[in-house]
Amino acid sequence: MKFGVVRFPGSCDDIDALQAAARVGDAVLLWHADHDLQGVDAVIVPGGFSYGDYLRPGAIARFAPVMAEVEEFGREGGLVLGICNGFQVLCEAGLLPGALLPNVSLKFVFRQVEVEVVSTTGPFTGACGVADRLSIPVKHTTGRYYAPEAELDRLEAAGQVLLRYAPGHNPNGSLRDVAGVCNERGNVFGLMPHPEHAVDPLGGSTDGLRIFESMRAHVEQHVLA
Amino acid sequence: MSSSTSSLEKRHRQLGLTDGEYARILELLGRTPGDVELAMLSLMWSEHCGYKHSRQLLRRLPKEGRQVLMGPGENAGAVDVGAGLAVAFKVESHNHPSAVEPFQGAATGVGGILRDVFAVGARPIAVLDSLRFGEPSASGRSRYLLDRAVAGIGHYGNSIGVPTVGGEIYFEDSYEQNCLVNAMCLGLAPHDRLIRSAAAGPGNVVILLGALTGRDGIGGASVLASAELGEGDEAKRPSVQIGDPFTEKKLLECCLELLDRELLVSLQDLGAAGLTSAASEMASKGGVGLTLDLCQIPLREPGMEPFEIMVSESQERMLCVATPERVGEVLGVCERWEVAATTIGCVTEGGRFRVLHRGVAVADLPVSVLVDDCPLYDLEPSPPVADLYSGSDAVLTGSESPAQTLLALLRSANIASRRPVFEQYDPIVQSRTVRRPDEADAAVLTLGGRADSPAIAVSIDGNGRRVACDPRRGAAEAVYECAANLACVGAEPLGLTNCLNFGNPEKSHVAWQLTEAVEGLAEACDVLGIPVVGGNVSLYNEAPTGPIFPTPVVGVVGRLADARRAGRLGFAREGDAIGLVGPFEPSLAGSELAKLLGRPPVGELPTVQAAPVRDAHDTVRNGIRSGALQNAHDIAEGGLVVALSECCIAGGIGASVRLPDGLDPFGEAPGRGFIVSGSPAALGGFVVIGTVAGERLRIDGLLDLAVSELRDARERGLTEWV
Amino acid sequence: MRARVLVRPKAGILDPQGQAVERALPALGFDGVRNVHVGRLIELDVDDPGRLPEMCERLLTNPLIEDYEIVESASADSIGSSAGAELPGVSR
Repeated sequence: MKFGVVRFPGSCDDIDALQAAARVGDAVLLWHADHDLQGVDAVIVPGGFSYGDYLRPGAIARFAPVMAEVEEFGREGGLVLGICNGFQVLCEAGLLPGALLPNVSLKFVFRQVEVEVVSTTGPFTGACGVADRLSIPVKHTTGRYYAPEAELDRLEAAGQVLLRYAPGHNPNGSLRDVAGVCNERGNVFGLMPHPEHAVDPLGGSTDGLRIFESMRAHVEQHVLA
Repeated sequence: MSSSTSSLEKRHRQLGLTDGEYARILELLGRTPGDVELAMLSLMWSEHCGYKHSRQLLRRLPKEGRQVLMGPGENAGAVDVGAGLAVAFKVESHNHPSAVEPFQGAATGVGGILRDVFAVGARPIAVLDSLRFGEPSASGRSRYLLDRAVAGIGHYGNSIGVPTVGGEIYFEDSYEQNCLVNAMCLGLAPHDRLIRSAAAGPGNVVILLGALTGRDGIGGASVLASAELGEGDEAKRPSVQIGDPFTEKKLLECCLELLDRELLVSLQDLGAAGLTSAASEMASKGGVGLTLDLCQIPLREPGMEPFEIMVSESQERMLCVATPERVGEVLGVCERWEVAATTIGCVTEGGRFRVLHRGVAVADLPVSVLVDDCPLYDLEPSPPVADLYSGSDAVLTGSESPAQTLLALLRSANIASRRPVFEQYDPIVQSRTVRRPDEADAAVLTLGGRADSPAIAVSIDGNGRRVACDPRRGAAEAVYECAANLACVGAEPLGLTNCLNFGNPEKSHVAWQLTEAVEGLAEACDVLGIPVVGGNVSLYNEAPTGPIFPTPVVGVVGRLADARRAGRLGFAREGDAIGLVGPFEPSLAGSELAKLLGRPPVGELPTVQAAPVRDAHDTVRNGIRSGALQNAHDIAEGGLVVALSECCIAGGIGASVRLPDGLDPFGEAPGRGFIVSGSPAALGGFVVIGTVAGERLRIDGLLDLAVSELRDARERGLTEWV
Repeated sequence: MRARVLVRPKAGILDPQGQAVERALPALGFDGVRNVHVGRLIELDVDDPGRLPEMCERLLTNPLIEDYEIVESASADSIGSSAGAELPGVSR
């Protein structure tokens, strides 16, 4: 299993994602200016402040050369995971529905939160049980998930909301407590919490590892099939 | 003739040079300095750059140690932490700019200290900040400064991907007119990537990296940092530096790659006094000269004058020296990271600093005049004849019950939970953080991915109120407390950095505070065997009402044997015995309770007995390392009862305690007393004062409160203001 | 040709910045203020103003969450030189 982690100018949690993925498979960095995905099985668009969050978070990163390959990879069914700034990039790129708005508090928030697993049928939460609670940290200024009401209804009905903040744990005012959504096909997933920061027993929770393990299990099954 | 002479004289005074200093310049140069030279000299000879009133005094601080790789005088100090790794670190102040524009002042303070650390070749891995403001309950301005400074620190640190892992905040009337913003940074490097700033090799090329040069902070160093703040500092706003963490992130990655590829001869960051100080200090350390061509420098503003270019404090710029054969590769790496890089001059023989503008030399003087010949002044210390500071408004009368007193202390601004502040910082990016804020008395970071990788601890501490009572003992306490915090996580101290925040040293009572404080720091460092590897001085923190509390702030970095055994703050298990460790003889002088009672910072602080203090630190450190102790917490503000409360709150569990006879429950003696817990067998040789149990804190004959009530009081404290 | 793109949050989306400003003004003595929204200004010199709407749709704004208004000025002067009220505004 080979993960690729995109690195933009300003990416901060790229190495963290690389280290987390390396616990589960091989992991390489994908430079923003290259058009080469190096044959990876899954792409991770990491957290940070790509291009300084200029204009809107993710607005400029989505046009980076490597993103053309990532978009095509996603269209063809490849796994794409967007974490925090990565989630913002995927929404700006139209690979995921909705948008991320400034936190209701208007401040940066760091907090260890609990998210509930809503759906386990896809490649990102397959190793979890429905209603499992994962303890994962959030750290962002612009994490309030938004989509028009009709769209939110549709997403929930279609099982595209994979993670929800547990009651009392919504740190940013996301509508319907949405913490992470996937696309219609289920191969592209974005979430504001940072699973790569919940993989090391030295640091506390290791619940985030299950997302990477889900991805590996999915890829391995498809190789065998 | 006479009119041009008198206009030159007036100008030197406008730039902050005394008549005596100007006369010395004339003597050293053998002629009148040109405009650009005068501007350069006024900054290099300012207090902020020249350390005129403190350099002699700082020689008292011990700096030797087997583990010291870089001592004072470089951009940052560095210590060996094992496995071929070095940790570089330093603390710096950005007090005056933060009073004028707190968001950018604090942000650029962080940016500046980050650059100091990667200038020596270390990747910044952690930031801590030490802040002081006026009382939030009394002052809208102080609430504003607090809010904006915290936002600025968060903005810069979070955006650049360096975790803010610790810090401290104090609120005192004394800081109302002069807030303090001290930023500390730690960086990591393999030994062989550490680089010094000395320029070398006549014929080598000088390259400027990073942001465009504009009018940011023109005259900042001499105008702001060497004078007391008075009215009309709004007009200084155009001079405020604006920081851009995105540019600095690219600059940082670029510089580290240049060093990994061994493409540079030397590296220096541009801070106070911009190009002037960076270039002249590089030349001075290398014993060489430099020639710079201002027309090569990429400018942000049209029509900038030569002196403006030389003293601009535009952020996110570095200076490096490379051999001519390497220049092409250097520029290539910079282009890949989207960092502007321009050749602006060369290294020369002969030790002269030459600045060319449109082919004409606008400055040509010996490097030594700029760097070494800055006059140093002897302080004329003499103890104050009357009390310098009054008491604050009393919050308590003294007739409250111990329970009411405890809740008032937990709610008080200096003790309450800092969660509303530290939730605005990212403490975990780079995946090294093993102990986050509020989990332990010091931050703990692992330096490698493996269980046996080296791990370090860091804390930043100081207490101006206690130093105001007794500068020598109060300053020593800062060192003991910082080392005690490290012991609580199982770390031994390796090196210390300090920031000395004081008033106007030309006044004899402030000179006395400064001299006594440095002596106290030195004594404590000698007792504990901790070398001082670098630091910073911020003077003239004074308003018409008088000087700030003398506030030495110290940051200490230490090493743990095993990150898996890093200590924690909270009680852990029902049934554990609670021990009191250390020669703990507390008193009320200088304490938080004394402050709440409205008493001024007056009174004798407890003495320190060296050997018992060292033993106590060793006992706690070893107990944590062996796993015998389940928690360790040093007793600081609020005394023993507040410390016990903090252990209960952090652990979510109660305690049943009997205090030793005659022990002042709220008295303080920082750095000398610890609360620990562990199995009764593990605490066999300790002074046991109670047991971890239940959901209440019960202290015999004193109070009985639910832990939830303690937590509510503590959580509430700052939420009104942040 | 100098153009200004005024970007504002779409109506109906919670705008906490606007709310914070609306709360802060009365505290400073300014009453009778309602309906505050905080957005963004982008200024640019363009050779072909006809392409501005496309620029807005593709990069300058996020059409899901933002509305925009293009204001053109005949000259390439900077913002201080002409009063906005006099210009023929072009709204999309």
